Amino acid sequence: MSARALRVACGQGFWGDRLDAPVEQVRRGPIDVLMLDYLAEVTMSILQKQKARDPAQGYARDFVPLLGEIFPDVVEKGIRVISNAGGVNVAGCRDGLIEAAREAGVGGRARIGTVTGDDILERLPDLVRSGHELANMDDGRPLEEILERVESANAYIGAAPIVAALERDATVVVTGRSTDTALTYAPMIHAFGWAWDDWDRIAHGIVAGHVNECGAQASGGNCLVDWESIPDLAGIGYPIVEATPDGPFVLTKHAGTGGRISPAIVKEQILYEMGDPAGYITPDGVADFTTIRLEEDGPDRVRVHGVKGRPRTGQLKVSISYRAGYKAIGTLVYAWPDAVAKARRADEVLRERLDRLGLAFDQVRTEFVGWNATHGPLAGPPPEDLPEVELRVAVKAAERAPVERFTREIAPLILSGPPSVTGFAGGRPRVQEIVAYWPALIDRAAIEPGLEVEVVEA
Amino acid sequence: MTGATRPAVTASPRAVTVGPMAARVQLRRLAHARSGDKGDTANVGVIAYSPEAYAFLRHALTAERVASHFAGMIEGPVERFELDNLGALNFLLHGALGGGGTVSLMTDAQGKVYSTALLRAELDVPEDVLATVPPKR
Repeated sequence: MSARALRVACGQGFWGDRLDAPVEQVRRGPIDVLMLDYLAEVTMSILQKQKARDPAQGYARDFVPLLGEIFPDVVEKGIRVISNAGGVNVAGCRDGLIEAAREAGVGGRARIGTVTGDDILERLPDLVRSGHELANMDDGRPLEEILERVESANAYIGAAPIVAALERDATVVVTGRSTDTALTYAPMIHAFGWAWDDWDRIAHGIVAGHVNECGAQASGGNCLVDWESIPDLAGIGYPIVEATPDGPFVLTKHAGTGGRISPAIVKEQILYEMGDPAGYITPDGVADFTTIRLEEDGPDRVRVHGVKGRPRTGQLKVSISYRAGYKAIGTLVYAWPDAVAKARRADEVLRERLDRLGLAFDQVRTEFVGWNATHGPLAGPPPEDLPEVELRVAVKAAERAPVERFTREIAPLILSGPPSVTGFAGGRPRVQEIVAYWPALIDRAAIEPGLEVEVVEA
Repeated sequence: MTGATRPAVTASPRAVTVGPMAARVQLRRLAHARSGDKGDTANVGVIAYSPEAYAFLRHALTAERVASHFAGMIEGPVERFELDNLGALNFLLHGALGGGGTVSLMTDAQGKVYSTALLRAELDVPEDVLATVPPKR
């Protein structure tokens, strides 16, 4: 590793990821930056609901006690922490962090930076009135169709405000809906002074961010290639990007940790959630993934270079979530002999009951877990002598009532349906409100002037 | 899963040296894969175990072949992108996820294991291509 490399470690690939991963990242070896990605597509709507119930909520709560634990390491080692844990309440998260810093004994020695302005929920009606159509990127529908059911709306913002907070010596930078990849490449732009139109270097940072943002999925977790031989998944090392000023980087992990980093594994992660590989769009540039060169650079080290970039576009992606009805999933387990035949009969009985009750659903879907749930018709006929199969019936409807009634029709099958049934200890299925995702685009000019960066001493 | 040996498929300019004989094998012999989602679209990245296997798949694993493999499972078209640099193909399966994300009623609502369903696909693979990939798995 060259003396000027910047080590950006991933500590969290999603909210709910392994709690001690970030602790290991700061303690098991040297790093310069710890990035933590907490936000999936519909996380923002969950956070908006929490905030509506309690104005003090609305951010990834796990982040505060985590920092409480690692603050002394972070401050003594000069590590910067960058996370989108702020969700829809960045200020609330910051307040928690200030308290945690003081309790951890680093008060006066840590600075908390915040980035706000991505949350456009309140602005949405005005934006639509002033001509921003915010049409659904997938099917072209205008936002007006669902405007009254919107739960959250956030623009995916770029690296500039994070860089600004780092320039003002923030120890921790907390954002809302920053683009996942920016959490990794913003500190590179800051450390190396990359120009904002240095598209090839930024493209390297984008690839690094894409590989880094899913945590251990880049270091042997959920990896199909040679999965049986990947060591110590219980102590898997999360990925670390060693970035260099010219752009090329090495993906690695701390020595002595579990998992594996190999070209084949990195290729798997590069292809994860990939669209057109020649045009991977972020707010700060477009990376061409068909130009990536990668090779092994020693044990658990993969070097990535050669990435070409193109100028950023004039728009930002917007993540909108909206209420889209209700669903419920009922399951029962049927045992040998003729497990699938019994489960099929139970499905017929259930559907006839729903018909006789006059319940209307937008969709009723039946799967037989253990036979065809994930491979559908490709699974072929059910294997003979299957010891058991799980009947899984899912329904959805615009209204709650039919879904609620459906949840009461599962248990009766135990005594009144086909025999050899078990697996109902979980009780009645839960009715879930469906919060759907609405991706859209918006002009940068509608968002970027409103972004705010604050840095305060803890 | 190697089946009966049979004559090779017609050679094309894209195919590597096509030997006289081919064997019917599942795609998993030639490649590993990972999948994910974007809305109602599942992506499947197919990564060949050798350059020879990649050259063969580039020729044989067309978007049409993948669409027919998934007949009855996906509602929209299949798009294919080539990553010659990684020896990989990326397939977008549109309308594969029953609405996708939270809207979908599927167990695999986010397409996490769609990749494994594609690895079932059977292909007639020249023996000299098979010789370049790891032993049967």
